Amino acid sequence: MSIRQHDFTLERRFRQTPEQAFQAFADPALKQRWFGVPDGWADAEWSLDFRVGGGELSAGRDRGGTHHLFRSRFHDIVDGERIVFAYDLLLDDRLVSVSLTTVQLRPDDGGGTHLIFTEHGAFLDGLEDPAEREHGTGLLLDGLEAFFAGEVPE
Amino acid sequence: MVAAVPTAEAQQLDRAFHALADGSRRAMVARLARGPASVSELAAPLDMSLPSVLQHLDVLQRSGLVRSEKVGRVRTCRLESGPMRTVEHWIAEHRGAWERRLDRLGDVLDDAFPNDEGDRSR
Repeated sequence: MSIRQHDFTLERRFRQTPEQAFQAFADPALKQRWFGVPDGWADAEWSLDFRVGGGELSAGRDRGGTHHLFRSRFHDIVDGERIVFAYDLLLDDRLVSVSLTTVQLRPDDGGGTHLIFTEHGAFLDGLEDPAEREHGTGLLLDGLEAFFAGEVPE
Repeated sequence: MVAAVPTAEAQQLDRAFHALADGSRRAMVARLARGPASVSELAAPLDMSLPSVLQHLDVLQRSGLVRSEKVGRVRTCRLESGPMRTVEHWIAEHRGAWERRLDRLGDVLDDAFPNDEGDRSR
């Protein structure tokens, strides 16, 4: 049994205000446009209950046949400023990671938004299981198929 | 930001790119992307001798992209998931998925709120 800890921070600057950037997290129609299930995945499921104690669910089957499930719970929400959530990732019903994520939206000098996304993740030994290899295979095959599409006649 | 690539992975990538630098081998990989195939199925669309096909197959197998197994008299080839198997790859992919999502978030914001002035340097 093993756990691999991994933390990372991503930053973005948007010209929209923090209130507008916040809407893209809070409004289901906007959220789905950047966080929905990828095109081409089967059995797609998505729902958002944006309030403390509520959560988000995003699930689907990739082209390699692996089922992916993201499920989160919101722990803290401050309108226009901060979102704290925790989420599980499951591949073929195996739990592969649990993460605590904070999203901070700060006004920047130009009237836009400085977004700071920080994640503390625990990657479990589900990674060593066949499900992970299937996941890797699915990604590799998707990439190769996309890369070779059109290059070689059927 | 780009995740550091360990030396072993760099070598793996070198071999993979070398293997894919040849048109015949790309055709073989493209065929295998659709599903496993026997050596003769791989050779059929290619205008070359069987020994040449086996030579190309050998390069693909040493690159880690393809593996084969012999059952009875038939050798079946398939794409290998080996280059993607490590935890490091998974973590890099996990982070990459969030990078892509936040890039899409920027596109959605530009589309939903197009008239706002301001600096969008990153």
